Amino acid sequence: MSVVAQLNGVERTYSNGVKAVGPLDLELREGEFVSLLGPSGCGKSTALRLIATLLAPTAGGIEWPRGKPPLGFVFQDATLMPWATARDNVRLPLDLAKVPRHEALMRADAALDRVGLAGFGGAYPRELSGGMRMRVSIARALVAKPKLLLMDEPFAALDEMTRHELNDDLLRLWRADDLTIVFVTHSVYESTYLSTRTLVLTPRPGTIAADIAFPRRPAADPSYRFSPEFADHASKVTSALRNAMKIAA
Amino acid sequence: MTKAIRYALPVALGMAVLAAWELFVRVYDIPRFVLPPPSEIWSALLADFPSLMASLWTTLRITLIAFMLAVVSGVALAVLFSQSRVVEMMLYPYAVALQVTPVVAIAPLIIIWVGFERINLALLILAWIVAFFPILSNTTLGLRSTDHNLVDLFRLHGASPSQILWRLKLPSALPYLLGGMKTAGGLALIGTVVAEYGAGSGTATGLAWRIVEAGNRLQIPRMFAAFFLLTALGIAIFFALSLIEHFALRKWHESAVSQEK
Repeated sequence: MSVVAQLNGVERTYSNGVKAVGPLDLELREGEFVSLLGPSGCGKSTALRLIATLLAPTAGGIEWPRGKPPLGFVFQDATLMPWATARDNVRLPLDLAKVPRHEALMRADAALDRVGLAGFGGAYPRELSGGMRMRVSIARALVAKPKLLLMDEPFAALDEMTRHELNDDLLRLWRADDLTIVFVTHSVYESTYLSTRTLVLTPRPGTIAADIAFPRRPAADPSYRFSPEFADHASKVTSALRNAMKIAA
Repeated sequence: MTKAIRYALPVALGMAVLAAWELFVRVYDIPRFVLPPPSEIWSALLADFPSLMASLWTTLRITLIAFMLAVVSGVALAVLFSQSRVVEMMLYPYAVALQVTPVVAIAPLIIIWVGFERINLALLILAWIVAFFPILSNTTLGLRSTDHNLVDLFRLHGASPSQILWRLKLPSALPYLLGGMKTAGGLALIGTVVAEYGAGSGTATGLAWRIVEAGNRLQIPRMFAAFFLLTALGIAIFFALSLIEHFALRKWHESAVSQEK
C-alpha cells in the first residue's frame, strides 16, 4: 500500500508555550481507516487540523509522497451555513472550485442521494434533525471526490442508534470511494467497529502510545458488534488506552 | 393568543386613555394652552394638514437619506475593520468618540460649518452621526461571530478572502446588521429632530420646527399634532424595518422562526 502522508516529528505548541500535540511520527497508507483515539483534550483535533494543513506544525513536517490529495473535512458539529439549503451547502466545495452551476447542482443532489437524503435538497439546516444535518455535512465532504477524508468526532453528539446507522453508511462510502479516512473519536467501540488501525494517544501533549492494527477489514455488519472477536478487539484497545493514561499520570 | 387580540389590546388601551384625557380636560376645564383635548388636536391636525405633511416629508426625507448613508458607511467600515486589525485599532476609538458626543452639543458647530443656506445638508450630517454607530458596532460583532470551523472549511477548499467575505462573513453578519438597522432607524429620526431644534426656526422646515413655531405662538393643539405625527413616523420606520428583517430571516434564522410545537 502506498503512503499518502508521512508525519515526521510533527509538533504544535501554543503561543503560551504549552505543547498541544507531538511529536507525532506516523505513516498514513492508502485505503486505511485510521482512528485517533484518546481522552478529551489530548490534542486529537489539533492533530487532525495539522494533517489538514489548517494548522502549521511548530516543529517537524508532513510529506506527501504523491502530492497532497484532495481533502474532505467533517467537523464535530455539522457546521452548515444556516442561510443555505442542504443542496447549496453541499455544493459549496464545487462552487469554490468554480465547477459550472448546473453540474454542481447535479453532483450535489447525487451526493445527497448517496447519504440517504434524496428529496431533502431544498430543506434548510434548521428543518433537519441532528443526524440528517451530519449526513449533509458528509455529503458536502464527499461531493468534490476527496482521496483523504478527515473527521473530527463527527458522531459524538448523536444518539446511539443514529450513530450506528451513520457508522455503517460511512463504511459503505469508504469502500465505494476507495477513501483513506482519519477519524477522531473518544469511543473505544466506535474506533474498534470502524477502523483498520487505531492509534491510541496519550493525554496532552498527545503522542502515539499504541498503534493497533485489526486483521479484519471492517464492513457494515451490525452483528459484528456482538461477536467475541469484537469484544476481544475492544478489550485490547481499552487496555492500551488505560496504559496511555498511566504513562501520563 | 390570537393575532386579533394582540392588535386589539394596545388599541383598546389607547382609546381608553384618549377618552379619559378628553373627559379630564372638559370636567376640570383645563386651559387649552396647558393641555388641549384630543378632539382639538385632531382638528388642528386636519386644519394644518398640508403644511404638516410637507414638514413630515422634509423630516422623513432627511431621516431616510441619513439612515441609508449610515447603513452603507457603517457596513463598509465594519468590513474594513474585519479585514484589517490595524485599521480597527486606529479608527474604533474615534467612532466611539463620535457616538458619545451629544448631537445637541455639536449641532451648532456643524450648522455653522455647513452654512444656514445648506441647512438640510447639516441636518443630514447630524442625523448620520447618530445613526451610524449601531450599524458599525453590530456589523463588526456579526462579522466576528462567523463560525470559525466554516472559515476553516472555506480555506480548505481554497476560498479567496473576498469569497469568504461575500459568501460567509456577510451572510453571518446579516441578523446583527438588521438588528442594528432597527436601532439606527429610530436614532436617525431622533438625530434629524434634534438637529432641527438646534438649527432653530426660519431655515429648517421639518416637523421639529413646526413644534418650535407652534410653541412660540402658544398654538398648543398644533404642537401636539406635530408631536403625534413624529411618533407615528418613528413607529412606521420601526415596523418597516421589522418587516424587512422578517422577510430576510424568516427561512433560516431562529429569531424569525415561529414556534409550532
